[in-house]
Amino acid sequence: MRIEGRGLCQSNTSVPFTFDGERLTGREGDTLAAALIANDKRVVGRSFKYHRPRGILTAGSEEPNALVTIGHGPQQDPNVRATVQELYEGLEARSQNAFPSVSFDLMAVNDLMSPFLGAGFYYKTFMWPKNFWEKLYEPIIRRAAGLGALSGLTNEDTYEKAYAFCDVLVIGAGPTGLMAALGAARAGADVIVADEDSRMGGRLLAETGEVDGKPGHAWAADIVAELATMDNVRLMHRTAVTGAYDQGTYGALERVGQHHPHQPGKPLECFWRIVARRAILCAGALERPVAFPNNDRPGIMTAGAVRAYLNRWGVVAGRKVAVFANNDGAHRTALDLMAAGVDVSAVIDSRAEAQALGDYKLFTGAQVIGTKGRKGLESLSIRQSDRTLRIEAECLAVSGGWNPSVHLACHMNGRPEWNAETLSFLPRDGMVPGMTAAGAARGQFSTAACLADGARVAKEVVIELGLTPSDTAMPRAEDRPYRIEELWAVEGRGRKWLDFQNDVHVKDVRLAAQENFRSVEHMKRYTTQGMATDQGKNSNVAALAVLADATGRGIPETGTTTFRPPYTPVSIAAMGAGSQGEGFAPKRVTTSHTASVDRGAPMIEAGLWYRPSYFPKPDERTWQESCNREVTMVRNAVGICDVSTLGKIDIQGPDAAAFLDFVYTNTFSTLKVGRVRYGLMLREDGHVMDDGTTARMGKSHFVMTTTTAAAGLVMRHLAWVSQALRPDLDVVFTSATEQWAQFAVAGPKSRDLLDAVVDGGIDPESWPFMACGEVDVMGVRGRLFRISFSGEHAYEIAVPAGYGAALYRVLLAQAETMGGGAYGMEALNVMRIEKGHITHAEIHGRTTAFDIGFEGMVSKKTDCVGFSASRRPGLLEESREQLVGLHPVDPAGKLTAGAHLFEDRAEPVRTNDHGYVTSVCHSPTLGHDLALGFLTNGRARHGETIKMVDHLRGVTTLARVCDPVFFDKEGARVRG
Amino acid sequence: MRIPCPICGTRDRREFTYQGAAELLRRPAPDAGDAAWDDYLHNRDNPCGEARDLWFHEAGCGAWLVVERDTATHEVMGAELAEKVAS
Repeated sequence: MRIEGRGLCQSNTSVPFTFDGERLTGREGDTLAAALIANDKRVVGRSFKYHRPRGILTAGSEEPNALVTIGHGPQQDPNVRATVQELYEGLEARSQNAFPSVSFDLMAVNDLMSPFLGAGFYYKTFMWPKNFWEKLYEPIIRRAAGLGALSGLTNEDTYEKAYAFCDVLVIGAGPTGLMAALGAARAGADVIVADEDSRMGGRLLAETGEVDGKPGHAWAADIVAELATMDNVRLMHRTAVTGAYDQGTYGALERVGQHHPHQPGKPLECFWRIVARRAILCAGALERPVAFPNNDRPGIMTAGAVRAYLNRWGVVAGRKVAVFANNDGAHRTALDLMAAGVDVSAVIDSRAEAQALGDYKLFTGAQVIGTKGRKGLESLSIRQSDRTLRIEAECLAVSGGWNPSVHLACHMNGRPEWNAETLSFLPRDGMVPGMTAAGAARGQFSTAACLADGARVAKEVVIELGLTPSDTAMPRAEDRPYRIEELWAVEGRGRKWLDFQNDVHVKDVRLAAQENFRSVEHMKRYTTQGMATDQGKNSNVAALAVLADATGRGIPETGTTTFRPPYTPVSIAAMGAGSQGEGFAPKRVTTSHTASVDRGAPMIEAGLWYRPSYFPKPDERTWQESCNREVTMVRNAVGICDVSTLGKIDIQGPDAAAFLDFVYTNTFSTLKVGRVRYGLMLREDGHVMDDGTTARMGKSHFVMTTTTAAAGLVMRHLAWVSQALRPDLDVVFTSATEQWAQFAVAGPKSRDLLDAVVDGGIDPESWPFMACGEVDVMGVRGRLFRISFSGEHAYEIAVPAGYGAALYRVLLAQAETMGGGAYGMEALNVMRIEKGHITHAEIHGRTTAFDIGFEGMVSKKTDCVGFSASRRPGLLEESREQLVGLHPVDPAGKLTAGAHLFEDRAEPVRTNDHGYVTSVCHSPTLGHDLALGFLTNGRARHGETIKMVDHLRGVTTLARVCDPVFFDKEGARVRG
Repeated sequence: MRIPCPICGTRDRREFTYQGAAELLRRPAPDAGDAAWDDYLHNRDNPCGEARDLWFHEAGCGAWLVVERDTATHEVMGAELAEKVAS
C-alpha cells in the first residue's frame, strides 16, 4: 500500500503498467517492485525447485525472488529483477516459473514432495537405468525447474560497448562513495563515479537520518550536483561495476535504455571497460535474512528494504508490520514505520539485552519460530524463554546483520577475512592491486563512519597519485554503534530457508555435512546453495555459518566460496555488442568488389577478404559450367582476376637482400634488379610456413607477396626475425597490401591486352618470364610483374588502390574485345591444380620442403629460419608422405578432397593408410578429375595405381599416381 | 590485462599477440646440434611466479616485447623491446 506524503519523489504523476496482464498504476520514480507493493501484489514469483510462492525480499540488485519477464516477442527480457527495473508507462511485466499462473501453480506439487527432494536427490535417484537420464529425467526436470525463458527469436536490440579511463574509479555513490569522489575530484583527479542505482545516494535515500543538518538524500543531491559541475568528474548512473580484472581494469554494465519505453536504435545496455589508476570500493553492505521456520512467505523482507520502500518510495508491504532482528539498526524500521502511521505489532530481538529505541512492543531474547499464510504472511509465532506467542503481521522486517559487499575485492582470488566484532567478512588490504575498500564495504556501518572513511581513503589515494588533497569539512551524521549478536538459524518445525531462489534450506546444508560434503565448495555444489542469479548474496554467509556449526568448525576455518565476476548478471548481448552477424569479423573488400558483384559473382570469404567465386553467364546454371568456361577462356584467350588480397610487403634497406636470404630457404641476394623469384619460407621447426614471389624493384628495394591467408602471420614473422633474430640487419618493411590494387592478366592474349593498356606498350624483349618493373597506365605510375599462377603467359599489374576500380574496368573491357573476361576463385584453383602449384591446402603446417619436393631450395643454405630443424633425419626420410598428382584410372572417376589413399588390395582402415588428398578439381583442359595429395614415398611411386577412399562421402576410386604438374610440364606456355 | 609498451605506453592486452617464453630469443647456432635445437624448439618451463614472455604489439607499433610478469598474481612488472634484449 502507498503511504501518502512519504517517498522522495513528490510528483503525483501516475504511471500505468501491467503485471501478468492486469492493468495497474504506479508513480513516477517507482521501481517495478515498489509499484507492485503499492498495488498490494504479494506473490510475484515461484521458487526454482519447489514452486513456493515468493514475494519481494529486498530493494536492490541482490533480489533473489522477484524475477520477472519484461516485454514480449524478440524484445522479451527474462529474469529481470523487479527491484532494479524502473517503472515506465506501458511497462509489461510477467511472473515466471509458474503454470498456469503465479497464484495457482500446478508445479507446486513439488513442494509436497519436498521430503524426498533434499540435497543430492538427483544424484542419488536418477542414476539408473543409465540412458534414462538423457531421455527422460533431464527433460522433465528441466521443464519443471527454471527461470524465465528467451523468446527464441533473433534479438534485434542494440547494445554498445565502450572504454573509459580515469585516475580514480569510485564504485558506489552512497555516503562513502560521495565523500570519496568529492575528495578525489577536489584534488584534481579524473574521477568516474559508477553507481548501479538510477539515483545516487545509496542508503541515504532509504534512511531518515540527517547529514550536515539536512535530510540525507538532500545532502547527497547537493554533493552529486557539485560533482556534476566538475569537468574532471564523470557520473555514471545505472552502472554496476561487475568485475575487477588485471592492472586496474574494471568491467561495468550501464543500463541505457531499459528505464523507458523501447526506443529503436538506442542501446539497451552498454558494457564498459574502465581502466583506473586507483579504485575506491564503496559498494556498501547487503542485509542478510535469518533462517527461521517458513521464513520465505511473501511479506517477509529485509528490514533495510522495508525502510527503503517506506522512505524512498512511500510504500509498505502490509498494514501491520513486525520486526525480527539481532542488531540495533533494524529497530529504526519500527521508528520510521510508526512515524509514517503504520502499525508496528512487535519488535522481536534475539538479544537478551536489547533496548527499545521508541514506543513499540519489544520482545527481547525472543525468536520467530513459525509463520502462517500460504500466499502472504498473516501471523507469526514467537518464542520468548519458555512461552510461545502469536503475533499478527502482514509484513515482517528481518535483519540478521549486514554483509559488506566485498565481492569486487575478491575477484582476483583474494579471500576476505572474518571479523568477529561485526560478524562479517571484510576485505583485506591489497586483494586487488590499486583498489581500496571504504565505508560499509569494510564494515564501517554508521553514516558518520562511512563519510569519514570515504574522505580518508580519498585523501590516501590522491596523495599516492601525486596530488594535493584539499581540506573537506566532515559533515555531521548519526554515529550509532552496530550492536549485533550472532543469529543464523532458528530451530523449529518447518523448513528454514537460506537460498530463496534455489530452494536450499538449513537441513540441506546439514545433510551435505553429514554426507561428508564438508568443504564449503563441496556443500555449495551438492546443495546448489549460492548458485542462483543472486550468487548467494543473501544467503552464503548464513549457509556457511550453518555448515561451520554442523561440522564443528568456526566460520573463519570454514571460509567462503570463491567470488567471481560478474557482481550482477551481464547479458551476453552487451558483452558481445557489435560482434553479431557482420560485426563478428572485419570485412575486407577489394577495389573490384562492386564490379564483381554487379556481374553477379557470388562472393566467398578468403580470410577476412571477400573474393568472387565465379562470374555466371545468363545461360549457365551451375558453378561448374561457369568455372569450366573461365578456365578454357584463360587457356585460350585472356582472363582478368583481382589478386590484391595477396599480402604485399615492401622491404627496403641496405641489408634487405641479406634479410630475405635469412627468411627464405632460397637465395635472393643473387636476384637481379627487375626480376622476380619464387620463395619458400619455413618456420623455425623446419616446416613450411608460406610461399610467394618476391620482386627486386631496386638494389635495396624488394616487394614480397604472401598468400592471402598468411599475410598477417608473415608480417609478424618478419617483424620477429628483424627485431629478435637479426637486429644486426639494416632493413625496414611495411605492409602495402591495401595500398596497391593488383590484377592477374593471364592467357595467350595477355601481352596483346597489356600492349593496348600500358603506356608505350609491352616490349617482349624487356619483359621475359619473371621480369618486373615500373610502368605507366594512362599516366598512372604502376608496377608490372611477369609472373603466372595459371601456367599461362601472364602478368600481374598493380596500381595505387585508388585507381584499382578504374583499371579493373579498363582491363575487363579490353579483355572482352579479345574473347576474354573475368575469372574467379574456382577457375583460379582449377588452373593452379592443373599446374601442381601448392596452396595452404598443401602447406598446412605439417609439411616440409622435402615433402613438397622443394628440398633442393633448402639444402644449399648454411643458415636460414628453419634450416637446422629441417635437417633432422625424421624430416628427410623417403617414407614420409610426399606430394603427388592423382588422376582417376577411369576418366569418369570422381576424386574427392580429404579422402585417404590405400594400396589397391588393402582394406581401407587406418593402419593401412598411405596418405590423403588435399586438393581436387575437374579439369576442363584434360577432361577428367585431378587431385593433389600426399602419399607415402610418393615420388618413387609415379605410375602406381592406388585406391582413394572417402569414408565420409562413401566414394571409392582407383587413381593413378603421377607428377603433381599435370599440364604443360615444360612450361612452354608460361615462357612463350 | 595491460601491457606497458615502451613505445606506445600502457595498452590493453587485446592489442597484443602472445607468442611464448622469451627463450625463443636465444636461437642456437645452425650447427649447435640436435639437443640444443630440440631444447630451443620444444622445451619450456611452466613457471608459477615470475615469467618472461614474448608479446607482439600487432595492433600498435609492431614491436616485439619481452614482458616480465607473474603468472600467479598476474602482476606485470615491465616490458622491454625484444630488439634491445636481442642485440
